[in-house]
Amino acid sequence: MVGEGILKGLAETARNFFGSYVSKDRLTTVQYPEQREPQIEATRDFPFLVYDGADWQQGMRCVACQICEKECPPKCIFIEKSKDKKPDAFGKMQIYPATFNIDISVCMSCQICVEVCPFDAIKMDVEYHQSSDDRFGALLLNKQRLSKSNEYYNAIHPTEASAVDAQRAEELAKLEAKAKAAAEVKAAAEAKAAADANPALNASPQQPAGDPQ
Amino acid sequence: MTHLALMTQHLDQIFVLTSHWLLSYLPIALQPLCSAILSVAAIIIAFATLFALTTLLERKGLGRMQNRYGPNRVGPCGLFQPLADGVKSLTKEDIVPIRADRAVHFMAPVLLVAASFMGYAVLPIGRNMVMVDMNAGVLFFFAIGSLMELAVFMAGWSSRSKYSLLGAMRAIAQMISYEVPLVLASVVVLMQAGSLSTVAIVNMQATYSGIWPHWFVFTPWGFAGFALFMIAATAESNRSPFDLPEGESEIIAGYYTEYSGFKFALFFLGEYIGMFATSGMAITLFLGGWSAPFSFLTWIPSYFWFFAKLLTIISVFIWIRGTLPRLRMDQLMNLAWQFMLPMTLLNLLTTGIWHFMLPGFLRWIVCSTMVIVPCILLGSGLKYKKKFQIRTYHFSQ
Ligand code: SF4
Ligand code: SF4
Repeated sequence: MVGEGILKGLAETARNFFGSYVSKDRLTTVQYPEQREPQIEATRDFPFLVYDGADWQQGMRCVACQICEKECPPKCIFIEKSKDKKPDAFGKMQIYPATFNIDISVCMSCQICVEVCPFDAIKMDVEYHQSSDDRFGALLLNKQRLSKSNEYYNAIHPTEASAVDAQRAEELAKLEAKAKAAAEVKAAAEAKAAADANPALNASPQQPAGDPQ
Repeated sequence: MTHLALMTQHLDQIFVLTSHWLLSYLPIALQPLCSAILSVAAIIIAFATLFALTTLLERKGLGRMQNRYGPNRVGPCGLFQPLADGVKSLTKEDIVPIRADRAVHFMAPVLLVAASFMGYAVLPIGRNMVMVDMNAGVLFFFAIGSLMELAVFMAGWSSRSKYSLLGAMRAIAQMISYEVPLVLASVVVLMQAGSLSTVAIVNMQATYSGIWPHWFVFTPWGFAGFALFMIAATAESNRSPFDLPEGESEIIAGYYTEYSGFKFALFFLGEYIGMFATSGMAITLFLGGWSAPFSFLTWIPSYFWFFAKLLTIISVFIWIRGTLPRLRMDQLMNLAWQFMLPMTLLNLLTTGIWHFMLPGFLRWIVCSTMVIVPCILLGSGLKYKKKFQIRTYHFSQ
């Protein structure tokens, strides 16, 4: 029949029209500033720098290796190395970034910086309320504004963050074990050297080793 | 009882009486001029308000049809949204393309709005509420309506933009094609009423047998004429599904691509005012103008009925817009020339037969058949003719 499709369409829109007043589940719109949808875990927008512990300057994981700076496709990361060194999370002395800027008006949220960082120092943030009336200054994030704690990272990306934490703990344990082993070896070597140098005291250091317990 | 009747009569004529009372304080020489100014002001205020209301209704209605809320931020339930829109369009920058023809570019929206308002001069909004009772009112209305085409083409031509020009060409092609069925569909009423005066046409329909009014839409030819008129009116006012001249997804916004700020708003206003005017004409010709739908409801003021009918038609327009997708250019033309034109011509014949047959059951049957059967045949014939085939693109291979 001619016009049947049109009538069907009209009925459908009429149903939508009245239905939206009757049943609330039809209206899927979220009334934004008052209501927020929970974000899914894989949400990402701009990168931030992770630090451990309470002090963002002491705990900063970044060692200013500048890999991310080189890899960033639109070149929106700017890093200046420090002259001095500070101990990193594993106790090793490392340089750190004296300046670390990301221009988020240029950043395209590709996450490449995160992928290439060997130190788990840079991760993707979920904060999207970035609008401001200052076009340049407010969108150029400096080191301080970029730094967020590991707890924050755990809160926004729990799965990913706990995996990173576990890996780092493992590495730390390995390092500690290695350090202990090295220390033992060193201690044993020292003891041996001492024993060699002084054969009269031969029995005493061997006593614990020879103790049949 | 007479007291009550007098009161309702006064309520019905309240605007007319107020105007007379105001004018009576003026010297005789000034009265015609001031009377004209007063009516113009009243029409502009009333229909501009209706325009504001309609934009809100449309956005809300379309939203609901798509299961959204629509505007709900400005004022209670978003009621002041039109105000916010107005302020926004007033404060926006007015950009004129550097190579545009400035004078014509400026004139186009002004002419469009002026032309669309001029049609109201002959629309009887209520009993005794018509600006000029011209004896060629309907003719005047359509003549003024075709001025809008000129404005549209001025806009498209002066912008010096390919989108504007394409949009204008489409608009002209469409408006001229649909002008023919629009006028032919209204001719049936003129045949029956024997007058070109809008006031006389409404007066003819404002009589009752029993409780039923003598609206022309309640006859087979009237109904067909009304349907054809409304389809053509939709196309005339460039509304969906005939909104090719604007076609946001194809040619940005058609002939007003290069307009911004308040000039854009003027185009918007002109288009809506034009739509109200053609709807008002449809009401005048077919739906009995300001007359009440039942004889026992005549105590309600006449202008109320006019606006109630207008709002109903506007709602249907919005409903259609929320439902139908846009036609293609060839579909549009086919509809105009292969369906609308034969149907309107046939409808003329039907009206003639109706006029010369004796009133009774038989003429109902004959005329209804004459409307329904060709409609179905023509419709399914056109549908049947459509062949589905693999398209070959000559230039891409
Ligand atoms: S997310 Fe991509 S664009 Fe943004 S800073 Fe990282 S590498 Fe650069
Ligand atoms: S964030 Fe990672 S990759 Fe970039 S400089 Fe710091 S440690 Fe290197």
